[in-house]
Amino acid sequence: MTQLMNENGIRCDGRRIDQIRNVSIKVGVLKNADGSAYIEFGKNKILAGVFGPRDVHPKHMADQDSGILRCRYHMSPFSVTERKNPAPSRREIEISKVIKEALQSAVILKDFPRTVVDVFIEILQADGGSRCAALDAASVALVDAGIPMRDMVSACAAGKVADKIVLDVNDEEDKEGQADMPVAYMPNLGKITLMQLDGILTPDEYKKCLETAIGGCKQVYEIQKKALMEKYFKNGEA
Amino acid sequence: MMEIVKRKYVIPGDVITTGPYRLEQNVYQDGDRIISTSIGISEIYENAVRVIPLSGMYIPKTNDLIIGKVIGHSSLSWEFDINSCFIGFLPAQDVFGRDYSPTKDELKARLDKGDLVAARVANFDRSRDPLLTIQDRDLGKIESGELIKIAPSKIPRLIGKRGSMIQTIEMATKAIVTIGQNGLIVVSCEDPVGLLKAIEAVKMVDAQAHTPNLTERVKSMLGVELGENNDTINE
Repeated sequence: MTQLMNENGIRCDGRRIDQIRNVSIKVGVLKNADGSAYIEFGKNKILAGVFGPRDVHPKHMADQDSGILRCRYHMSPFSVTERKNPAPSRREIEISKVIKEALQSAVILKDFPRTVVDVFIEILQADGGSRCAALDAASVALVDAGIPMRDMVSACAAGKVADKIVLDVNDEEDKEGQADMPVAYMPNLGKITLMQLDGILTPDEYKKCLETAIGGCKQVYEIQKKALMEKYFKNGEA
Repeated sequence: MMEIVKRKYVIPGDVITTGPYRLEQNVYQDGDRIISTSIGISEIYENAVRVIPLSGMYIPKTNDLIIGKVIGHSSLSWEFDINSCFIGFLPAQDVFGRDYSPTKDELKARLDKGDLVAARVANFDRSRDPLLTIQDRDLGKIESGELIKIAPSKIPRLIGKRGSMIQTIEMATKAIVTIGQNGLIVVSCEDPVGLLKAIEAVKMVDAQAHTPNLTERVKSMLGVELGENNDTINE
């Protein structure tokens, strides 16, 4: 087993315990999608594309009173070290569902009855915490597509590594560490839309872990905001 | 007349203001905070708050002039692609009159697949797809012209304050520009140079819609003298 943290509290990839990985987001990278975003979250490389609102197929899925949201999280065969079968796995189906539910409470689809908003997320390179990074990209892509939203959704994980609560666990810490807690958060409303926990934490650790994760979400939010401002308000003042 | 307009760049979730205001498009209230739901420019005027969106799809509104493409027909109506998440319906009675009979009249003879039509939204609500009509002056099949597609959210900018932008373009190029609220625009002009200029101007508005002094820059691109009063263009 590799050493996850040295005696100075520096983690295996050189970060402090309260430091997130480098995040960069680009908005509107796909011409054919209505909205899109590309995120690099540490070594994660993720593309998100949004279509819609558009006609629902198959028709029986349509809701007469409201639009619906569909989501697909997919890992490319080359996204991990050993080739991944491109067919949707148990894990991908579950992540698609939790991402959909995390975005559902943010989007306002009441004005688009009988339509669907499709969110496609493609993991090009995975490095732990990909569901959070995927959510960050998807949320920016939804804004780019002009889907009305109550708030942005920002996501970041926290966890327990070498008996310490750390922000933004990477792949190695996820596998060898003691706990991993992905959190998605609406920063202006102060509401949590996704919270999962894999591992064991005491109630005190749990509280600290959640707080740490929310702190990470707020940092990600600023980056999301900057990326959107970059595309839409690059030149000129209001 | 000169009310104070406060403008700000916002993204979804941004708090625009607090307090009692009338809510208009793309905003919602959470407690006493008024929050944006879209990326765009927020405006506070005459006790109302709204956000002019910079992205998004066309949502039909009753009485909007739109340009649609025929995608097919049944025996009673045509269906139109109106660049929206909904399909536009034009009933056959609207074209043939009250005594329309499916056995006698041939829909294809009037409008066929791929035809472009200028129409007005006669009725639209949440429960049904938008109903169109071509029973008005200047509506009906578009015979010629160049089709341009721009973001529907930028149409107000293309028209400008009291039509100043579109008048500038039409006067400078002698082109006729038909603007559909759904983001489809047909430009026709006798003079090919004027046509190209007009298309370029429309595309320029699309690309730079959110920047100030756009009318001035369009004018200089079209070679209209700067500082010219809008009133003289109107004559």
